[in-house]
Amino acid sequence: MVAYLIRRLINAVVTLLVVTLVTFGVFFLVPKATGSDPALLYIGKQADPVAVEGIRTKLGLNDPIIVQYWKFLKGIVAGRDYANGPDITHCSAPCLGYTFKTNQEVWPILIHALPVTVSLAIGAAIIWVLMGVIFGVISALRRGSIWDRSVMTIALAGVSLPIYFTGLLALTIFVYGLEWLPNADYTPFFDNPVKWFTGLLMPWVTLAFLFAATYARLTRANMLETLGEDYIRTARAKGLKERTVIGKHGLRSGLTPLVTVFGLDLGALLGGAILTEAVFNLRGLGYWALNGIRTNDLPTILGVTLFAAFFIVIMNLIVDLLYGVIDPRVRLG
Amino acid sequence: MSKERPYLEVKDLTIRFETDDGIVQAVSGSSFTLEKGQTLGIVGESGSGKSVTSLGVLGLHRTRSNAKVTGEIWLDDEELITATDEKVRLLRGGKMAMIFQDPLSAMHPYFTVGSQIVEAYRVHHPGVNKKVARERAIDMLARVGIPQPERRFHDYAHQFSGGMRQRAMIAMALVNDPQLLIADEPTTALDVTVQAQILDLIRDLQEEFGSAVIMITHDLGVVAELADEVLVMYGGKIIEKGPALDVFQQPQHPYTWGLLGSMPRLDRDVRDRLTPVKGTPPSLINLPDGCAFHPRCPYAGRNGNRSFTDVPLLRDAGLGGPHLVACHLPPEERTKIFQQEVLPNL
Repeated sequence: MVAYLIRRLINAVVTLLVVTLVTFGVFFLVPKATGSDPALLYIGKQADPVAVEGIRTKLGLNDPIIVQYWKFLKGIVAGRDYANGPDITHCSAPCLGYTFKTNQEVWPILIHALPVTVSLAIGAAIIWVLMGVIFGVISALRRGSIWDRSVMTIALAGVSLPIYFTGLLALTIFVYGLEWLPNADYTPFFDNPVKWFTGLLMPWVTLAFLFAATYARLTRANMLETLGEDYIRTARAKGLKERTVIGKHGLRSGLTPLVTVFGLDLGALLGGAILTEAVFNLRGLGYWALNGIRTNDLPTILGVTLFAAFFIVIMNLIVDLLYGVIDPRVRLG
Repeated sequence: MSKERPYLEVKDLTIRFETDDGIVQAVSGSSFTLEKGQTLGIVGESGSGKSVTSLGVLGLHRTRSNAKVTGEIWLDDEELITATDEKVRLLRGGKMAMIFQDPLSAMHPYFTVGSQIVEAYRVHHPGVNKKVARERAIDMLARVGIPQPERRFHDYAHQFSGGMRQRAMIAMALVNDPQLLIADEPTTALDVTVQAQILDLIRDLQEEFGSAVIMITHDLGVVAELADEVLVMYGGKIIEKGPALDVFQQPQHPYTWGLLGSMPRLDRDVRDRLTPVKGTPPSLINLPDGCAFHPRCPYAGRNGNRSFTDVPLLRDAGLGGPHLVACHLPPEERTKIFQQEVLPNL
């Protein structure tokens, strides 16, 4: 078990390294190929050549790409100094560099944005898992009924409708129309839990709707498959109550496959729910990702990508470890 | 009404399923009885209705909304088809229990074998605490011949070998001392050597507990070894019924002849080919007119083609015993065909 864990952790680190290599390569080689200059992005197009050269030296853009990459990695682990002669700027670890436009350190921006995304993702996840599982199970138990068909139709709509449609619709109805909810806004949980909740409720529900739809369909399919299994018949043959048959024997195997999907979905969302954050103007990782793309801000994009990759890798690891616990047939070691 | 009812009496049991393709007539008008300590063998091909019959006795079709079950099932003087779901549930796993064909798929993969046996015990003994139930389960595991039962208690089904798994399944079925035990092809998924062990085990346990056993199988060897009485099913109907010895020595239905002919035997020349029953089992949605077996029956044209139009009733085979058969051939002709054409080739 310990050996397995160590192997998986090394695996995770290697994966992340590869991600940094690829993103670093893409974002720093492509400008070179297209002839645009990161230094110009940083300093503005009208800068005089001396200042541009100064920036190039300071950012290390004249170094070979391998050296640049090495310094970037070193910055994450140990921090780094940007130096142009006596002009030294220290960026402490973990250093993801400075934004081109506003010359701020990237790491603190992202760390500051993280609670917004985490609140959004976790809250939505709770709603969509509950809704998806409940509706999916009932649909499976009443297959072919009016209930089943209505839920599956709504679920189909949920899967098909994009966030910027449902989100704007929700805003129009609940905020501007009925005025039931305040406009979406992030308040740190420890500042004011109630405001945290009300401010995030609409983004949660909107985001959850999309996922709940998928989960309801998935749960229904899994449950139908499970309920046809021989061991469900055995459970009934033992004289167990139907509630135990479904609630214990059925759910146990019907919901297990959801763990994988859930882990990956949550991991992906933790890297930034770009559309949801954009629609509701929440300044999470997704907001900064979008911002970075819009302004060609390479260090920000690189930072957000790393965060996103980190969450995916971690959630993947958690799911795999969890599987060893919930499915005894999966042997770890 | 002075005569007491047999322990199990099934009368005119009919089971059908409404599906998108039509009505599946899985079992049509089956009647049979079984006393404690006796073994009834039900033989037939896949889809002949033998498993559906046994699941019907257990009331396991109740959860399927498209199933329609009619007739009477009397178990220990209680009628089960009209009984409430709750009543049948309490009998299931208690007074009547079932051993399934493939113990790997019939056991839950995520719960230990021990906990599944404990669960079966506690549902019928609600007052019993976990520790007592656990001891009982370990007891049962030991009883069915599983070595180191305390340790195996914590294992999962996939950690057992095929034979041990079937033993564990039997332990689970027997944990509440059922008076009626239904074994649905209990040895089909097992090695031949293990098959014999499992059959011995079932026989020993039956002697010990005096329960009634229904043995469902397509293996006539199994029936020959265990059964007191045999039912042969075809197309959802009982087509031959009688004491095991009679059915084996003087089989009356051409289908039974076919089954016997397709059985490999050691005392025959290996170069002789087996004679399989030609054709395929009938569709239960669209049974052939007349005798369901007539498209595969080499003798269907005899006796004025009645087989093509009239459904033969299950009647006295004319042998002066309780042997019944559903065939249009007259008894003398049947005996003649069997003696002259069938027996020499068996």
